[in-house]
Amino acid sequence: MADIRNNFIGIKSPNPFWLASAPPTDKAYNVERAFKAGWGGVVWKTLGEEGPPVVNVNGPRYGAIWGADRRLLGLNNIELITDRDLQTNLREMKQVKMNWPDRALIASIMVPCVEESWKAILPLVEETGADGIELNFGCPHGMSERGMGSAVGQVPEYIEMVVRWCKQYTRMPVITKLTPNITDIRKPARAAHAGGTDAVSLINTINSITGVDLDSFAPQPTIDGKGSHGGYCGPAVKPIAMNMVAEIARDPETHGLPISGIGGVTTWRDAAEFMALGAGNVQVCTAAMTYGFKIVQEMIAGLENWMDEKGHASLSDIIGRATPNVTDWQYLNLNYVAKAHIDQDACIKCGRCHIACEDTSHQAITSMVNGTRHFEVIEAECVGCNLCVNVCPVEGCITMEPLAAGAMDERTGKPVSPIYANWTTHPNNPMAKVAAE
Amino acid sequence: MATGHFIEGIAGGRLSSEQYAENFSDLHPPLDHHEALVESDRCYFCYDAPCMNACPTSIDIPLFIRQIATGNPLGSAKTIFDQNILGGMCARVCPTETLCEEVCVREVAEGKPVQIGRLQRYATDVAMSEGKQFYKRTEATGKSIAVVGAGPAGLAAAHRLARHGHEVTILEARPKAGGLNEYGIAAYKSVDDFAQAEVDYVTAIGGIDIQNGKALGRDFQLADLMRNYDAVFLGMGLGGVNALRAESEDADGVANAVEFIAELRQASDLSSLPVGRRVVVIGGGMTAVDAAVQSKLLGAEEVTICYRRGQEHMNASGFEQDLAAANGVTIRHWLQPKRVIAENGKVSAIELEYTAMSGDKLAGTGERLTLVADQVFKAIGQSFVPAHLNGSSEAIELEGGRIKVDAEGRTSLAKVWAGGDCIFGGDDLTVSAVAQGRDAAESIHRALTSNGRA
Repeated sequence: MADIRNNFIGIKSPNPFWLASAPPTDKAYNVERAFKAGWGGVVWKTLGEEGPPVVNVNGPRYGAIWGADRRLLGLNNIELITDRDLQTNLREMKQVKMNWPDRALIASIMVPCVEESWKAILPLVEETGADGIELNFGCPHGMSERGMGSAVGQVPEYIEMVVRWCKQYTRMPVITKLTPNITDIRKPARAAHAGGTDAVSLINTINSITGVDLDSFAPQPTIDGKGSHGGYCGPAVKPIAMNMVAEIARDPETHGLPISGIGGVTTWRDAAEFMALGAGNVQVCTAAMTYGFKIVQEMIAGLENWMDEKGHASLSDIIGRATPNVTDWQYLNLNYVAKAHIDQDACIKCGRCHIACEDTSHQAITSMVNGTRHFEVIEAECVGCNLCVNVCPVEGCITMEPLAAGAMDERTGKPVSPIYANWTTHPNNPMAKVAAE
Repeated sequence: MATGHFIEGIAGGRLSSEQYAENFSDLHPPLDHHEALVESDRCYFCYDAPCMNACPTSIDIPLFIRQIATGNPLGSAKTIFDQNILGGMCARVCPTETLCEEVCVREVAEGKPVQIGRLQRYATDVAMSEGKQFYKRTEATGKSIAVVGAGPAGLAAAHRLARHGHEVTILEARPKAGGLNEYGIAAYKSVDDFAQAEVDYVTAIGGIDIQNGKALGRDFQLADLMRNYDAVFLGMGLGGVNALRAESEDADGVANAVEFIAELRQASDLSSLPVGRRVVVIGGGMTAVDAAVQSKLLGAEEVTICYRRGQEHMNASGFEQDLAAANGVTIRHWLQPKRVIAENGKVSAIELEYTAMSGDKLAGTGERLTLVADQVFKAIGQSFVPAHLNGSSEAIELEGGRIKVDAEGRTSLAKVWAGGDCIFGGDDLTVSAVAQGRDAAESIHRALTSNGRA
C-alpha cells in the first residue's frame, strides 16, 4: 500500500489533504468534524488583531456558477477573516491541537502591515501549539481595502518585509499565501523566498463577479441592490492555479521552494496533478463546502489506489514529476506532427467535430462521404490542433496520433523530421539563434 | 352480485372513481423546470442533426432544446411553432421513439435518447399557458379558402393560410374541432382537454371560422366549395372502418375501436362507460393498443390483442407494445379472426385461425383457437370513403383508394389541395398531417398570390 503520509516543511500529517483557511475551519466544532472525517490538516480561518473583530455582511456572502444539473463549478465569496474574538479562536485551536496531535494545524494570520502588529500576535499563536502559520496575503475583497490581504500580496516588497518580521519573531514555520490577482506570480513568490519564507501556498481567490441579476441589474452576490467583487474559487479556477504552481516550481529563483497547492482541488486526481506540478500537498475548500467533509475519504482512497497501480511508494515519488515537462512555448518541438483520428466504431455521428473544424478551424473533417453521414479527418488539412478532441462528447473517440519520424505529413507534403527543432532556431524567427552544433 | 372485474358482459362502474382518475392521468407527466434544464443539457447540438431530419415537420430540434437550456422557453416554443403549429399535441402523441428520438445520437451512443418529445411539451406548454401568440396576420388578401376537416392537417393549413392574410372557413362534420386529436387518441395522452385548448390557441390568430356539424357530401358538396372559395383544402381524414371479414361480426358487442376511443374521450364520467370483462382487440396498430390499454384501464379483467402477423410487423411502436404489456394487455401474434360466436345475439367468444407465411403470402394454417370474449374491437385500419367527394363535380383522382396529390399537396382538381390521412402515401401520423397541411397552405398561397405577392 502506498504511503501517503505528508511531511510539508517539517509539518507532519497522515495525508496531504488539508482544509484551506476558510469558513470550514472557523471554529473547533467544524475542525473536529473535519479531523474525524479524516482530513490530514487544517489551516484555521484567518485570525485578525486583538480587539473588536471584523463584521461580515448579513446578506449573501457567496455567488456561484453552475452546470446544468446545478453542479457547482465556481464559487465566489465576500466573507472576511474570522469575525470571532481572537482569544476564543486561540483557545479552541489549542484544545483541538491537543485532541489531534497527529494532524497538522496551521494558523492563518492577517494583521495590519506594521511590525508591531505581527510582533504582537505571533507569540499568542505560538502558544496554541500550532504547527505553523500561513500569512494571508491573498484575500481580494474587503480586507484589501484596509491595506491587508491582497493589498499586501500585490506588492512584493511588502511581502518580503512581513515574511522577514515573521521569521524574526517566531520559531514556527512560515507559509506565505499568494494572491493570483497579479500579472506574474513569480514576483511575489520570489519576494517571499527572499524574505525567508519556508513555503508558499497558492492560489487565494480571484477577483470576480459571478453574475448579474437582469431584472435589478445588480451584480451577484447582491446585498441590498449592490454587489462587490468577491474571491473566485472552485473547479473553475484549477487550471489557473496549476499554471501558477508550475511557474513557481520551475522558476530557477524559487525552484525547490515548498508549495502548498490550492485552487479547485475536488478529487484525488486534482490533488495528484497539483503535486505532480510541484505542490508538496494540497489545500481544499470549495469541494468540502459543496459536499461536506466526507469527500476526503474518496481523495485518500483514490490517491492510494492510483499510486499502488502505478507503483509510486510515497508522495516524494510523485511530487514535482511533471515540473520538468513544463516549458516555454519557444522550446516546444516544431517537428512533432500529430493528426486527429476518429474511431469510427466509437463515433456517434453528432458532427460536432465537423462543424467546429469547418466553421472555426481548418476544414479538415468531412460530414458526408459517398452520400452517407460520415466524419473523417482529412489529413492533408489537419494541423493537429486538438479542437475536435475537445468538443467530441465521446471520450476516446477522437485521438491525436503522432506521425512517426519519416512518415509523410500530407499537409506539408514533407516527411516528418526525426530531429527536435524549436522556434529559437526556426528560419522564420527573426531572432533565431544559430542551432548549437 | 359480481362487482368490478367480475361483472359479466359489457358494463360500467368496474372501478372506484379514484382508480378511474389515476388510470387516465397524464401518461408522461410534464418535465418541471429543473428537469427540463437537465434534460436539455444532454443535447449535443449536433451538426445537421439527425433528429431534425427525422421530424416530418423538420423542427429545428437542437435549436429549440438549446433555447430551453438557456432559459428562453418562449423562444424555444417559437422555434417549434414556426415549423409545427400543433407542436403541443405532437409533443404528446408523436411516436418519437420511431422518429426524432430513434435517431438521436444519444440513442445510438447509450440507448437513452434526449427526451425530445417531453422537452417540446415543456416549451410549448410555457407558451400556451402564457397565451403567447407569435404570429400576426399579414395584410388581408381578400382571398377565401375552404378547409374540409378540423383535424391536424386542416388546422395546420388554416393557421398558415390565416397568417398569410387569407380568410379561412373550416367545415367540420363533428361537433368539435380537433379531428383525431379530439376523437382518436388515448385519453391519457391528452389530458385536461388539451386538444380543445390547442384548437383555441391555433385559431386565436384570427381569420379562421370553424363551422361544426358540416359534413362533406351531406351538408355541402365539393362543387359548392370550388364555386364559392378561391381554393379548397381537403383534410377530412378517413371515414370508413375496415371490416373483420369474420362471420357474425354484426353481433352485439362487436365495435369499432375508433368509436370506442372517441366515446371514451368525450365521456364526462368514465365510470358510466361500459367495457367488457374479457375484451379482444383485433389489429396491430396504435388504435389497437389505445383501445386495448384503455379497456384495461376501464377495468376489463382480460384484454387480448390479436394480430395476424408477427411482432416485427406491428404498426404499433415498440413503446406502445410495451405500454400495452405493462398495463396487463396480452398481445398474441399470427392469429386472424374467423367467426364471432354469439349467444342470444351477444358476443360470447371469438374464433381465430393461426396464420403463417406461405412463401411471401400470409395464409391460415387451419388450426383454430377460441377466446372467450364479451367485447370485440375492430382495429384493423380505416379507409377513405371517396363517395362523399363524387357526383358534384369532375371526379378527383385517387391512388390506392385515397386522394392523389403531388409534392405540394395539389390534387388533380385545379383549385383543390389535400393532406392528412385522406391522401395517398401518408403514414397515419399527426405530425405528417401537420406537415402536409402546412405545405399545402404554402402552395395555395403561392398559387393565389403569384409567388407570395398578393
